[in-house]
Amino acid sequence: MTVIAASELVKRYGDFAAVDGISFEVAPGESFGLLGPNGAGKSTTMRMVGAVSTRTSGSLTVLGLDPDDYGPEIRSRLGVVPQQDNLDNELRVRENLLTYGRYFGLPRRLVAERADELLQFAQLADRAGAKVDELSGGMKRRLTIARALINDPRILLLDEPTTGLDPQARHILWDRLFRLKEQGTTLLLTTHYMDEAEQLCDRLVVVDHGRIMAEGSPASLIRSYSTREVLEVRFGSDRNADAAAALAGLGDRLEVLPDRVLVYADDGEAALAEVVARGLQPLTSLVRRSSLEDVFLRLTGRSLIE
Amino acid sequence: MSQTRATTDFAAEARAAGVRARRFGALYSAEHHVRVWRRYLGVNVASAIGTPVMYLFAFGVGLGVLVNANAGPGGVDGVSYLVFIAPALIATAAVTIASDEFTYPVMQGFKWNPIYVGMHAAPISARQVVDGVIIFVAVRIFATTLVYFLVMAAFGAVPLATGLLTVPIATLTGIAFGAPLFAYAAAQREDRGQFAVVQRVLVLPLTLFSGTLFPLEQLPVFLRPIGWISPLWHGAELGRVTSYAAERPVWMIAVHLVFLLALAIGGWRLTVRVTRKRLDA
Repeated sequence: MTVIAASELVKRYGDFAAVDGISFEVAPGESFGLLGPNGAGKSTTMRMVGAVSTRTSGSLTVLGLDPDDYGPEIRSRLGVVPQQDNLDNELRVRENLLTYGRYFGLPRRLVAERADELLQFAQLADRAGAKVDELSGGMKRRLTIARALINDPRILLLDEPTTGLDPQARHILWDRLFRLKEQGTTLLLTTHYMDEAEQLCDRLVVVDHGRIMAEGSPASLIRSYSTREVLEVRFGSDRNADAAAALAGLGDRLEVLPDRVLVYADDGEAALAEVVARGLQPLTSLVRRSSLEDVFLRLTGRSLIE
Repeated sequence: MSQTRATTDFAAEARAAGVRARRFGALYSAEHHVRVWRRYLGVNVASAIGTPVMYLFAFGVGLGVLVNANAGPGGVDGVSYLVFIAPALIATAAVTIASDEFTYPVMQGFKWNPIYVGMHAAPISARQVVDGVIIFVAVRIFATTLVYFLVMAAFGAVPLATGLLTVPIATLTGIAFGAPLFAYAAAQREDRGQFAVVQRVLVLPLTLFSGTLFPLEQLPVFLRPIGWISPLWHGAELGRVTSYAAERPVWMIAVHLVFLLALAIGGWRLTVRVTRKRLDA
């Protein structure tokens, strides 16, 4: 059973293919992520799923309906948190929820009840009468999420939900999203933060240049495309490349970045001992677990955040 | 089998949820604009009452004395100057509101405070976004010109019974003037001061040369076409016919009506097309 099914989805703007043949399926209650750098085609995919952008080719159903024919019906059951907040700055916090709820034709009394519940959920109850401009970035984001939930949606679309927020605001937001996930709301989110993807996604696709590079759970992607641990060693900007030559054959794989060398090995400490044994003296060293960042680096040869 | 059925359940649920938005989405979108407008209700009411009173004193009493003295016993178009300009002032109020509402707020809705984008992410269609704005502006014009009318009726500038028709006529005039402007504004991606230019080179001359403060026939022939293409002239003339039964040929009345309707409908359809393209990116 699926709530979203995309097959060979393509979106072209003139000669440029923003989305170039993406296929994926999302099950009800699942939390599914599109991970990739800026410009990978994540937001475009999101807008096609959100039934506000007509696809160039491929097939797409959302809640079993084709967005080409049933845009308003699909959008009636979606909650949308766009990359850029589009709250109405001319209305107060609570009024934003009331007007939005009315777009769905929901009765005023029901909308008012839900607005109060959602303000609680978004930890904004004491800001109900505030102007939107007076809210912090994190509060605006939470208000946008509360607004997206006013129609009790089947699927919540989140486009870069925590981009631009400070760490504390991000953690508050993740906590709220995790609660939704626990309640069984289907989440489709895009992010270029690997930690966000690891925290929130049951399953994800790594997207680059409008194509899917890999698919799986965060853990399985790390297993398939990286080692258990990573040793990061720094020798100073000029000497990383030379040191890398001396490290050849160490671990499963080496990755030379401008500022450091990554040694992929199941036992990071052992790899570090070997580095020293080969007579090299790194300025700093760090052993850590592999992350989705490493998966992305392996798949594309580039970092997620550039 | 049961799995297939569950997906069709979602589809059925979505179809049911979309029914009201499909039918009434334009009203829901208009409701949002009215809610914002209500925040400024005090200012709006004060200006709706104050402005016509100022006009009445300035034109009706001040300038009117001069005009009536010169026009002789026949007056202007067979009536006093005050009665002559009253329907035109009501129509001018409509055009002023339209030129305000269909310029900057449109760019705001797409860009600076993108509520159109928000509506479209909800079940409101591009066409309903446009319809909602037009419905709201029509309501705003109707309410304001109704106040204008009542103030002017109190001063005896328009007869209470027949003059009431100047209100729907002014509303039509405002939309006829504003709908093409709406299409233009919806097509603008950047603010390069073009709306200020529109105000000066389009709105102002159309207001001055539309036979509002003097009959169009007073102008030299080469300036009259400005009035002919101005919705304001057509609206003011229709207003005079209904207000004080100004004598105009029936075919001319038909021309006025058709012209206003054509502009309103043409502008509306063009705006829908532009908006649909812009929101479906």
